[in-house]
Amino acid sequence: MTETRTLLPHLACVKTSSEEVVLASRGDWHADLLGALKPSLQKCIRALHNVALQWDVSEIGWIDTAGMLLHIQALEQLQNQGCIVEFRGQSQDFARLYDLLQKYRMAGASSERPAQRSAIVSILDDIGKRYVGVWYTLANFLAFIGENFVHFLYSLRHPGAFRIKAIIKNIDDAGFKALPIIALTSFLIGVVIAYQGAVQLEKFGANIFIVDMIGISITRELAPLITAIVVAGRTGSSYTAQLGVMKLTEEIDAMRTMGFDPHRFLVLPRMIALMLALPLLIFFADIIGIAGGMLISNLHLNISFHEFLHRLQNVLAVKHVWIGIGKGPFFAWLIAVVGCFNGFQVARDTESIGRYTTISVVYAIFLVIACDAVFSVILTGLGI
Amino acid sequence: MTVVIKARDIVTRFGDNVVHDGVSLTVNAGEIYGLLGGSGSGKSTLLREFILLLRPHAGSIRVLDYDVMALSPFQAEQLRRRWGILFQSGALYSSLTVAENIAVMLQEYTDLSSDVIADIVHIKLNMVGLPEHAADLYPAELSGGMIKRAGLARALAMDPELLFLDEPTSGLDPVSAEGFDKLIMELRDILGLTVVMVTHDLDSIWTIVDRFAVLGDKKVVAEGDLDTVMKSQHRIIDAFFKGERGHIRSRHGN
Repeated sequence: MTETRTLLPHLACVKTSSEEVVLASRGDWHADLLGALKPSLQKCIRALHNVALQWDVSEIGWIDTAGMLLHIQALEQLQNQGCIVEFRGQSQDFARLYDLLQKYRMAGASSERPAQRSAIVSILDDIGKRYVGVWYTLANFLAFIGENFVHFLYSLRHPGAFRIKAIIKNIDDAGFKALPIIALTSFLIGVVIAYQGAVQLEKFGANIFIVDMIGISITRELAPLITAIVVAGRTGSSYTAQLGVMKLTEEIDAMRTMGFDPHRFLVLPRMIALMLALPLLIFFADIIGIAGGMLISNLHLNISFHEFLHRLQNVLAVKHVWIGIGKGPFFAWLIAVVGCFNGFQVARDTESIGRYTTISVVYAIFLVIACDAVFSVILTGLGI
Repeated sequence: MTVVIKARDIVTRFGDNVVHDGVSLTVNAGEIYGLLGGSGSGKSTLLREFILLLRPHAGSIRVLDYDVMALSPFQAEQLRRRWGILFQSGALYSSLTVAENIAVMLQEYTDLSSDVIADIVHIKLNMVGLPEHAADLYPAELSGGMIKRAGLARALAMDPELLFLDEPTSGLDPVSAEGFDKLIMELRDILGLTVVMVTHDLDSIWTIVDRFAVLGDKKVVAEGDLDTVMKSQHRIIDAFFKGERGHIRSRHGN
């Protein structure tokens, strides 16, 4: 076992006469133990002006870089205060460490450190940088979409360029494997809508109108929106993380050098897969959501399943279902493009994967909702 | 001479794959000690066992007079403060700047004021020969050689007695590698460090390593200084030093 005996470092200040002062350092000046020492050191030396000083260091047990630095800093301060300082009783180790630190401390010290900027300037600087950064990102995003579209057109002219296998695998990942969570969320949405509606409609004795409400709201608005949001959280984030890690490990660079364009091999298959899968998922969500509503109508308003379905056939125009499903590819395109774009934005540090994944999900959900609003305005304007 | 690391009869297995079967070696204070061996000979594994990242199945290891196989958490913490480690790829924290990487141990374990820490960082940067402006860069913005130097500065932050280097010159060009070797030697001389390095850079072995062990066949096939090892007739030594690359060097270099 090594000896664990440590003496707390301390500094004694002994005044021998009016002109001469003796300082004495004792104990182990180890980085762990020095925290409390600095104030007392300051107190000791602040009062010393224009005196000759003897600094006795013979009783120092062990000293490391931090301990020596405190000595050096104190020494400089004393010299600035017009004192003449002389170390006394230096051990060999002390002298060696002192010389070593002085050498490396002075080296490069001449190069001026950039002056600290004032708070206002740095705030303005920050705002400016962010603003420019937003424009750059936007420009990059448009360039990304453009490049992607060019590759899509190329693939249309050369259908062999489509990566069918990759598309099928991505449909499996983004579509088929999402069925359980989509089923659960859309079922619950159906249940919630039915409950809220049932209470209100019961007051008017208009029980049967629950069917109109559930049928239209689910197929036209809720199923597409909820499905897209779940998919954005589930698939959009995974696209960003996958591509981000590939960028981090230089896989994307490797692909480029082999002539595998990342747009054709990575982005288009994901995009096409999601644009095919999302409408199907929405249709699935329509069915499950209506089933959820139907169950609650039966339990709460005593509408039999037969009655519910009969009414549904009469009131739910097919156009509502088609409008809902028709939003699918648009939402899917937004989610895939945002997810993939942010994947390519990942820089060479691990933190940025997390950051861009978050950004990707937030933007995708925002854009899906904004897009849905645009659809509502246009379709209402067209009177559909 | 004081012994810094003493390993005896280490056995390491990964499943059925036996990596070490009775490895023994001794590192003395103040020397630069090399761990050599081909790829897969278990030299990095051995290093990981020295630095408490991996536990061998059998055998005994003493590092700085601590019994590594029976260490209390408190002793482990004490031991960890007395060494510095440079990982093969630097392993700098990518979310921190170079200066923050160097300062992280000081900030976590000591109560030093920020100006003292800044001064220490400045000194360590100078010691490893990094320019002043590198302090504010992130690891992603550094070149390979700078990453190694920054990693070394971080390893030196707490004034360690013992320095572990995992392939310090791998991935560096010959000029940088030679510069890095020189730096390690200088630091050993001025700081009185003991250095243990995993390497398969023949140039490092010829120029800076005092003693080394060659791992092969799950054992140490030879240990000692260059002359001692070269006298050994083992086929792994022959392959290592008397192959084409070793030949050129021994003809011109020594």
